[in-house]
Amino acid sequence: MAKRKLVMIGNGMAGVRVIEEILKLNRDLYEITIFGNEPHPNYNRIQLSNVLQGNTTFEETIINDLNWYAANLIQLFTGETVTGIDTNKKLVISDRGREVAYDELILATGSLPFVLPVPGADKEGVIGFRDIKDCEDMIQTAKQYKKAVVIGGGLLGLEAAKGLIHLGMKVDIVHLMEHLMERQLDAVASSMLKRELEEQGMNFLMEKATVELTGSDRVEGIRFKDGTETEADLVVMAAGIKPNVSLAKESGIYVNRGIVVNDFMETNIPHVYAVGECAEHREIVYGLVAPLYEQGKVLAQVLCNQKDKGYEGSITGTQLKVSGIDLFSAGEIYDDNTSKAIVVHNEYEGIYKKVLVRDDHIVGIVLYGDTKDSNRLFKMLNEKQDVSDFTSISFLHSQEASDTNDVASMPNDEVVCGCNGISKETIVNAIQEEGVTTVEQVGGCTNAGRSCGRCKPVIQDIIAYTLGDEFAQTAEKKTVCGCTTLSRDEVVEEIREKGLTTIKEVMNVLHWKNEEGCSKCRPALNYFLGMIYPDYADERDSRLVNEKMHANIQKDGTYSVIPRMYGGVTTAKDLRKLADIAEKYDVQLLKITGGQRIGLYGLEKEQLPAVWEDLGMPSGYAYGKTLRTVKTCVGAQFCRFGTQDSMSLGIELEKRFERLDTPHKVKMGVSACPRNCAEAGIKDVGIVGLDGGWEIYVAGNGGTDLRAGDLLCKVKTEEEVYEITGAYLQYYRETALYLERTSTWVERVGLDHVKEVLANEKTRNELNERLNQTLARYEEPWQKAVEEEQIRNAYYSKRELLKL
Amino acid sequence: MISTGTRINICNYNQLPSMIGQVFVIDHEEIAVFRLSNGKVRAIENKSPHPKGGKLADGLISGEFIYCPIHDWKISLVDGKVQAPDRGLVKTFPIEIDGEDVFLIV
Repeated sequence: MAKRKLVMIGNGMAGVRVIEEILKLNRDLYEITIFGNEPHPNYNRIQLSNVLQGNTTFEETIINDLNWYAANLIQLFTGETVTGIDTNKKLVISDRGREVAYDELILATGSLPFVLPVPGADKEGVIGFRDIKDCEDMIQTAKQYKKAVVIGGGLLGLEAAKGLIHLGMKVDIVHLMEHLMERQLDAVASSMLKRELEEQGMNFLMEKATVELTGSDRVEGIRFKDGTETEADLVVMAAGIKPNVSLAKESGIYVNRGIVVNDFMETNIPHVYAVGECAEHREIVYGLVAPLYEQGKVLAQVLCNQKDKGYEGSITGTQLKVSGIDLFSAGEIYDDNTSKAIVVHNEYEGIYKKVLVRDDHIVGIVLYGDTKDSNRLFKMLNEKQDVSDFTSISFLHSQEASDTNDVASMPNDEVVCGCNGISKETIVNAIQEEGVTTVEQVGGCTNAGRSCGRCKPVIQDIIAYTLGDEFAQTAEKKTVCGCTTLSRDEVVEEIREKGLTTIKEVMNVLHWKNEEGCSKCRPALNYFLGMIYPDYADERDSRLVNEKMHANIQKDGTYSVIPRMYGGVTTAKDLRKLADIAEKYDVQLLKITGGQRIGLYGLEKEQLPAVWEDLGMPSGYAYGKTLRTVKTCVGAQFCRFGTQDSMSLGIELEKRFERLDTPHKVKMGVSACPRNCAEAGIKDVGIVGLDGGWEIYVAGNGGTDLRAGDLLCKVKTEEEVYEITGAYLQYYRETALYLERTSTWVERVGLDHVKEVLANEKTRNELNERLNQTLARYEEPWQKAVEEEQIRNAYYSKRELLKL
Repeated sequence: MISTGTRINICNYNQLPSMIGQVFVIDHEEIAVFRLSNGKVRAIENKSPHPKGGKLADGLISGEFIYCPIHDWKISLVDGKVQAPDRGLVKTFPIEIDGEDVFLIV
């Protein structure tokens, strides 16, 4: 059956979540097209304030990178705005004149900053706080100017203000009302917040109504209704947001404040849906992520013909993402005649907790200074639990009694990540069954903590609680091994900076906990040093057995010998030689390996030098973290389909890059046509011949983490293949973690990043130069063992002794 | 089987390369001998205590420990104990050094 066409306008968190949910329910139903007017894939807008505050980077806010779109066959048009919808013909039109037909259409256009309708609001230096571009503007402005004014003392405004302070600006916050965040906090909590923020450097101008932004082209100041003024080089409008509905309105879709939808997110026009901040449901427009994700789930069910219960609205909880401030609020804020408040105000520790109770149910929560209870209380509020039996206040109990409560006593079904509705149980299962050990990994397999991030400390606690003692070894940072607290990047940087040249020196200077390291760090350091210094003298005894012995140890302690057979091409003479040697040494097994060559198995280590001498062939490095083989198809020399000479190219690649130390093994393949008999699509580097050129695929993997390679580029000549492959290999060598295959490396650093690096000719040349310097240091290891008695004695001898 | 108590001169101390396991075969039993970075010499049975077996001589040496080359178990060369979280014991043999001569007691 042909796939139905699903078009989504908007590429933000709420919309893309719908797509994720749809893919979970039925991958094959839709051919999906997404338009996003920003030039980015889906990123975590909530984290923008953390980007400004320097707690995270733009890259880290990306939720779905471009690979995700490609892997799910989603057509994504970024930087392209949809300007018209024809609901009769069922198609959308973009500002580039692109017309795309749909069977189902989702509007996920989000919201726009509310710009005060005052004179001067269109001046240069007046911005909102909504997207990456706004953040970039702030970062740029902070480099040239000093004074910023944020209009709006709500969530958005305070987060923007904190970010601007971090960027080194002097910041005034203008607020119309008497209290900050008056929609979320009562007067007590609000004044506690204000005091704290003032200590962090914010200056508040309270109860001020802005009437004009002054200045010539660029804003220079703000004038208020009471006649006072303040200077401003930058004005951030953060007084609120409004649903982005103009497209819907112009297209005849019913709009009130937002695009009006029913419980199934359906608009008044058939086959048109709205979700997220642009949608109005039962007269409410939501601006927080949790309800939007709930809407997304419902819409996905509707679109996959699995209509269940509709969306019935949400009570939302709020927190402020300003470092040093813990704050949570949900439901009603102010008590009235029908509600009673339970209040704890601990001025000594700066903690304020208020719960509003009506008819034995919690109807409102305000927490300041300590928000540990927020998820638990919020759940009680949402589920309308009867609280008459609960102890309301614990007064000056000893520390221990209160500390044990947290994770251990948390019920399994308690929601930890409110944004994504992930329970403690789901997280514990992920830790126990998937073996994940960091907050990021938990997020990777459950989505917990990937939106607002507030629950990350709790997830961390759950990991610590679930793993117990193991946790100490697997703390957040990925260290090289247990012998050091430094990560791979830190170690490499220290080596470079301090000019450390031997493993021993690295361990001494960087305060290794084990004087001689372990089986993880010694090979890693040996690699790093060899990567940094082209003329590094390899430390053989820091390599693991296979690389040390230049042979693969087998489970019984015997070894295998696998000589090079470049490109999988051999001769009758070599085959005869292999046959003779197999007989001479009575090898247990003679086998064609997966890498198109022949292996001799079951040799004792003291036999190895003699076998190598008889063979007179170079080592195939079938045991190394290095280039293993270059698999080739027959290609144009014989095959009637082959368009290129794959064998020659493969042989040349193998000869150029053999012996090179890499972070993990590297396999290559060269096919002469897209039929791809050499399976180049699942190689670390795969080359596919076309008429008049070659395609270079990278980061494929046919092993544990099966992964199809990504097209890196197309080139015309063999020389270009060598150049790109060399630069790619060297960049992998210089940036990957030790034992990180190219597939995981590319996933981690991003294909686009690698492409960008390799697009620069100068960078490519430098990479190849360093690579060639390194390649010059290698000697043929089997030959060396045959020639040098000392090596044979030290590594390949066994002495029979008589007991007298 | 090797009975205990025999003193065998296995080699000259200077012939023992540092940090590289050397295999000596006595009565068809392999013994791995290591000269450590601190100058001491240790001897263990060349057989991994791991249920799947394997040999130890070619493992990576760190201080007075060896890492099993096949299963990466960390094993003390002093008392033969497998370090936590794994468990097991490798047979160890006393070494005596007399002048330049290295003696293995089996």
